[in-house]
Amino acid sequence: MAEKITDETVEYVGILAKLSLNEEEKKQAAADMQKMLDHIDKLNELDTSGVEPMSHILKVNNVFREDVVTNGDAREDMLANAPENIEGQYGVPKTVE
Amino acid sequence: MGREYETVIGLEVHVELATATKIFCACSTKFGGEPNTHTCPVCTGMPGSLPVLNKQVVEYACAVGLAAGCHINQVCKFDRKNYFYPDNPQNYQISQLYVPICQDGRIEIETSEGKKYVRIHEIHMEEDAGKLIHDEYDDHSYVDFNRSGVPLIEIVSEPDMRSAEEVIAYLEQLRMIAQYIGASDCKLQEGSMRADVNLSVREKGSTEFGTRTEMKNLNSFKAIARAIEGERSRQIDLIEAGKPVIQETRRWDDTKEYSYPMRSKEDAKDYRYFPDPDLPPVCIDDEWLEEIRNSIPELRPAKMERYIKEFGLPEYDAGILTGTKKLADIFEETVSLGANPKKASNWLMVETLRLLKENSEEPEDIRFSPQHLADLIELAGSGAVNSTVAKEVFEKMYASDIDPKAYVEEHGLKTVNDAGALEAVVDKVIENNPKVVEEFRGGKEKVLGFLVGQVMKEMKGKADPKSAGEMLKSKLS
Amino acid sequence: MADITKMTALQIASGIHAGELSVKEVLDAFYASADEKEPKVNAFITLSKEEAYAQAENVQADIDKGIIASPLAGVPVAVKDNISTKGIRTTCASKILYNYVPVFDAFVTERLKNAGMIITGKTNMDEFAMGSTTETSFFGPTDNPNAPGHVPGGSSGGSCAAVAAFEAPLALGSDTGGSIRQPAAYCGVTGLKPTYGAVSRYGLIAYGSSLDQIGPVAKDVKDCAALLEIIAGKDVQDSTSVQPEETDYLTAAGMPVKGLRVGIPKEYLREGLQPEIRDAVLKAAEVLAAAGADVSEFSLGMLDYAIPAYYVIASAEASSNLERFDGVKYGYRASDVNGLHDMYKKTRSEGFGAEVKRRIMLGSFVLSSGYYDAYYLKALRTKALIKKAFDEAFEHFDVILSPAAPTTAPVLGGSLADPIKMYLSDIYTVSLNLAGLPGITVPCGTDREGLPVGIQMVGDCFTEKTLIKAAYAYEQAAKEA
Repeated sequence: MAEKITDETVEYVGILAKLSLNEEEKKQAAADMQKMLDHIDKLNELDTSGVEPMSHILKVNNVFREDVVTNGDAREDMLANAPENIEGQYGVPKTVE
Repeated sequence: MGREYETVIGLEVHVELATATKIFCACSTKFGGEPNTHTCPVCTGMPGSLPVLNKQVVEYACAVGLAAGCHINQVCKFDRKNYFYPDNPQNYQISQLYVPICQDGRIEIETSEGKKYVRIHEIHMEEDAGKLIHDEYDDHSYVDFNRSGVPLIEIVSEPDMRSAEEVIAYLEQLRMIAQYIGASDCKLQEGSMRADVNLSVREKGSTEFGTRTEMKNLNSFKAIARAIEGERSRQIDLIEAGKPVIQETRRWDDTKEYSYPMRSKEDAKDYRYFPDPDLPPVCIDDEWLEEIRNSIPELRPAKMERYIKEFGLPEYDAGILTGTKKLADIFEETVSLGANPKKASNWLMVETLRLLKENSEEPEDIRFSPQHLADLIELAGSGAVNSTVAKEVFEKMYASDIDPKAYVEEHGLKTVNDAGALEAVVDKVIENNPKVVEEFRGGKEKVLGFLVGQVMKEMKGKADPKSAGEMLKSKLS
Repeated sequence: MADITKMTALQIASGIHAGELSVKEVLDAFYASADEKEPKVNAFITLSKEEAYAQAENVQADIDKGIIASPLAGVPVAVKDNISTKGIRTTCASKILYNYVPVFDAFVTERLKNAGMIITGKTNMDEFAMGSTTETSFFGPTDNPNAPGHVPGGSSGGSCAAVAAFEAPLALGSDTGGSIRQPAAYCGVTGLKPTYGAVSRYGLIAYGSSLDQIGPVAKDVKDCAALLEIIAGKDVQDSTSVQPEETDYLTAAGMPVKGLRVGIPKEYLREGLQPEIRDAVLKAAEVLAAAGADVSEFSLGMLDYAIPAYYVIASAEASSNLERFDGVKYGYRASDVNGLHDMYKKTRSEGFGAEVKRRIMLGSFVLSSGYYDAYYLKALRTKALIKKAFDEAFEHFDVILSPAAPTTAPVLGGSLADPIKMYLSDIYTVSLNLAGLPGITVPCGTDREGLPVGIQMVGDCFTEKTLIKAAYAYEQAAKEA
């Protein structure tokens, strides 16, 4: 049986994903997630004991770079799209701790 | 009251690796630089950017792990640690959780209580964050990604330490290993080594662990010692008052000597680690592992022992010389060029360290070559120059690695060993200083120094003070 | 004068090379077509005319001097708006990137430019490639040119529509769960998803990193193959990219298919599949058999587990990949915020559409503490079994023939209400992304309502040449039939 999605779950996931939903949206989100999880539940029919989780498809490993500096000063480019550029730094609202 | 408490300490140490480029991109790791001038799409988290691993990071991590007696996971992977913060350009940090590169090692430490082992749980590779700068008078903070992506290894110990002394001994060993391998210069003050202290207390004899707290912002050994003391007291006070110790992260303020909780309600602390799909596994085959193992230089304990046996140096000297690999390397090379070990040792321990301190420099900054040091030792040993001149020449060597032999020639600094010339000057000084001579003859031995000084002055410092003194003594007795 | 927009890319290139056509007049023709059709079709988010004409001038000069001899030199190409194009706005069809202008080119973009191709604009898509209808775009839906009032499919709906509407001879799309192959089927064009790793993802704004691939969309198999040749190859900037052994894909078109072992999975032709599509697949089998292939049915399990496994993995990776969109470094930033975390939440809540938020939340959930094993690792184990099933199948077959989608194009506005139903439209395509396999969709007529029908051919890893051989053989034989 799929996990029961509660209001707490939606609240929690919202914090993890930095999304703020109003009450209406939270209800919808809970319903949507429940539907999706019920569907995903199908995987429990499959016996996967002893099967290694496959995180990489290709048998590629050891992709490396030599320790040589090839990048220069790209500050102008990097800040070109910044919503707030303050003397070469990205400006953000203060963390309210 | 009256109960004895044991402090249980584990450390998470982050070491900044001394690579030329960042871990996942070819930006420079050079310190300083205007904000955001060592950046690219990868280390600023631009859409569509992808990481490519710096091979040198793997080699350093593996070398440090081997030196710390760890088992190397010959296949290891990277995982993403997800959390939102402005200094984290992708809002996930690429680290290793599930299969770190090293596991299960141990470091031997020595304290006033004797020797013991501190076990290492694991060592893993990860990327550093950028810098978030807060402005007190502004409602803004500023982000600089120059440090974002700098390679780190995190060394996690088991909670095997029981005192500040043990913690410091452990950190010094880690630093020595990293420095000797060349992986990092490990400077707490500069942030190339950062220690987070996990501390709990329990009644002596108990085998259960108490609730632990984590302390951050410890920028010197003294701060670490104070923080440990402070937190131990704080926890004991709570326990004695029947209150619970809350598991939390605390920030240590060394000027005020207290800590406060760094709690953030906005952070669920659920990092949702999963294998990074953009980075293939790292496979270190037996051949590569051997290569890395062989690249590890003789470490300090073995070196010290060898200095004592081979060069007949006292333990104290061996300790100082092996304090940094650079100093040890200079010593060994100077000796290999024919210099007397004890003399080479003295020059390095006394004059060199003095000048380093005066100039606020580190052994890495030493400019003079072992060849030149060996030459100077020869000049002084043969009596060609006296000790005062030798010191002068050394200071020039320290400043700009001048060739001592050439310099002495050029400036005519050789000690005049011509007995006749010396005698003439000695006679002159005796003649010109009747009062002092009388005092000397009268029993005041100390004034000989004045007379020797006069001789040195006359000879423009190019006499051997010892010979001058002896000659004066024999003439005046 | 023949209608340039109806010519194939190779024909256009040939004409340019021979001096019969100028790069500019080709561009004029396609922009005229776009200007005419865009109000209805909405295949493009951005038409970058200024840059294109400047590029055309340079390319023409280089062609005249004989500097560029690439087989597609001078040919216009439309690029999906999740592929970075330096200096040209790249939005992923999202409000959160509405004003983002990349300062670097994707690897494939560089390849296009080096080959003298002219990028005409950025095409519409489902927001962040999450969707199967191109209806989740912040810039409005795209209308299927061969089925007005119906969706073009997704998420590369704009790219497929642009080619189908003759607004561009070629396009690049991206495919994470079928996003090239399904819209190609719905629009009646040819689309190919390469083997995972064959084309660099550097500069592709990531959705599901272990599943994404960029691929060509064209009017026919040869054009597809020619474009694939331009973009395939190892890139040092992408640690998951691999150099395919052979990249002369075009040479495969025309090779005989005698003895080619073609398999049709029984499970794929069951209930739920639109009958005309089933018939199309079986007809295609006959065509290939007549051309000398050995066609037979076989059992391929795991079909029902592909969608759930795909959604767990794709949404998990997406939830992480999309964390970088936070208003700090680029893109949309919410105004009127109370501190940093409020800015994060408002920016993302206002900047992302509903489907994206849905998948981010699902993804965060399946990775969260306590659920990682039961969902994420379970899905990765399922993925391993799916790969294994295909590995076994490819011991007996060279090509697997299947539908590209269970139905023809649904009507606009008809799918979004039921996300699960929408997800199920990917049933024939997602397995390939999970297993890293290449696949090509070729059009095969229409259903009785006149909606395009497409069929899919699947190959083992790095067997694109076999696919092209088979697809071309089918395409040519079907023309004659």
